[in-house]
Amino acid sequence: MSEKIIEVSNLSYVVKQRRILQSVSFDIEAGEYLSIVGPNGAGKSTLLKCLIRILKPMYSKISIHGKNIKFFSQKELAKIVSYVPQMQDNLLSITVNDFVMLSRYPYQRPFAPTNSQDRMIVNEAMEITDTNFMADRYLYSLSGGERQRVLIAAALAQEPKILLLDEPATFLDPGQQEDIQNVLSRINLQQKTTIVAITHDYNRAALVSHRILALVKGEVVFHNDSEEFMKKDVLENIYNKSFIFIKHPEIESSLAFMKESI
Amino acid sequence: MKQKIILLVLLLLTLITLFVTPMIGIKWIIPDIFSNSELNQMESTIFWKVRLPRVSIAFFAGASLALSGMVFQAVFRNTLATPFTLGVASGASLGAASYIWFGFAFQIFGIAGQSIFAFSGALLSIGLVYGITRMKRNMSTTTMLLTGVAISFFFSSTILFMQYLSDFTSSVRILRWLMGGLEIVGFDTVLKIIPFTMLGSVVIYYFSRELNLMVAGQEFSISRGVNTNATVKILFLITSMLVGSIVATCGPIGFIGMMAPHICRLILGTDHRYLIPASLLFGGMFLVICDTLARTLIAPVEIPVGIITAFLGGPFFLWLLVRNQFENGY
Repeated sequence: MSEKIIEVSNLSYVVKQRRILQSVSFDIEAGEYLSIVGPNGAGKSTLLKCLIRILKPMYSKISIHGKNIKFFSQKELAKIVSYVPQMQDNLLSITVNDFVMLSRYPYQRPFAPTNSQDRMIVNEAMEITDTNFMADRYLYSLSGGERQRVLIAAALAQEPKILLLDEPATFLDPGQQEDIQNVLSRINLQQKTTIVAITHDYNRAALVSHRILALVKGEVVFHNDSEEFMKKDVLENIYNKSFIFIKHPEIESSLAFMKESI
Repeated sequence: MKQKIILLVLLLLTLITLFVTPMIGIKWIIPDIFSNSELNQMESTIFWKVRLPRVSIAFFAGASLALSGMVFQAVFRNTLATPFTLGVASGASLGAASYIWFGFAFQIFGIAGQSIFAFSGALLSIGLVYGITRMKRNMSTTTMLLTGVAISFFFSSTILFMQYLSDFTSSVRILRWLMGGLEIVGFDTVLKIIPFTMLGSVVIYYFSRELNLMVAGQEFSISRGVNTNATVKILFLITSMLVGSIVATCGPIGFIGMMAPHICRLILGTDHRYLIPASLLFGGMFLVICDTLARTLIAPVEIPVGIITAFLGGPFFLWLLVRNQFENGY
């Protein structure tokens, strides 16, 4: 892990005079698993959307592979970065397989039919997310966890180097959260895909990520290795609550629990 | 596979309709190339100069309106988005009416001035509706429909005002044209419409993958690599052209743009690579059938075709509105 795949410097995002992000600067290394944490309204989703140019900040420099993303076409960008949005309930009447196939868009030409390469990549994406068995089911018939895995499969069908996820496991039951986490770790390990995931689960984030970025009121308050994250002053600074720590019985790390407010 | 068979059946039905309907009328006319008995002069004129052009124009008008409706429904992600509910048709009407009112008569590169005015009016409406709906950010059905209705009313009132101010001749011309109708003589008008319909279909088909993604949401399609801003602009230009060219020639004919694509989607699903040819064929065939009813139901009196489509479309619209309360918009 050495090459910086994303570099963000001085990213500010303002909507109606309200500063959502305030000169945010950080970098992400190739192959890294980065978790983004922080209270609601801290600007986490906005940050993610800036990285894939759903939102276009006025002043900033965001580079991918050393090239400013302003100079990528949206298609070129989509071949490198992919995005799993927050849980949506507005779903199409379309089968899982057709839905994942939609994500082959950046590689397809107008008027050209779907080719075997497309089918192969879609199959692989569905295999690694364990969604193969539901290929012919309709999107609206899936459970929350299955649906999230399909959304991840769709993002992977873009063959991204970087996968951005906005709270992929929130609203799921603990078992399904575990499934999603396993899928993400597998993608990170096997395909060497860089993962940037927003989460509220700081204990899990500390366990699975290489580094953690914490945002509070649009500013970076922590960006370091996850071992440094599980500390009293760090967590209290982010969440404005008291914390106690317990040693994990099996592995060399601790778990944090909130006490009442400071 | 299933979709291809449905498309083939639809193509077959369309061809049969186009073949049979010109023969239907007060009197059956079977053209002499298909029968031994020779047609007299008048029958031949009625068949070749009146009925056949009329059936063709109905087909192209229906196809164009259905395609525009399909595009609006995909971009707004809502089945209630149509050339009429969005005020695009009334924008085009206002354009065409003001052309008559000002007493213009010109052509640019062989395109009738009235079409150009209708096109500009259509573009103005769709620009307003999309801009306002986008400004509210959530792209809600309510905002979209209310904006469309408001624009429709405003433009219709402007047309009324123009009629009020104008002299008797222009007033009657505007009124007659507003009733909508496909009564044309000869193939000249048909030949002027065909290029627009063809260009429109090809461009819309070029964007079939983008349309598939845009149905899933704007952020989603951007993250998949769609340049949504440019795509939406081109699509609105093209649909304004389609609606403008039809409205300028045939007057406003309602509800085709809503019913045809929706029925096709119920049968074929949401893949635009199939939905586009299906809407084109179905919309065309549907208007041809409506127009045949319009000129035969109480013959020799003709009912304006817009009344037939409205009789069918009104209840359909209400049904969709009620149904949408329970399911998602698209």
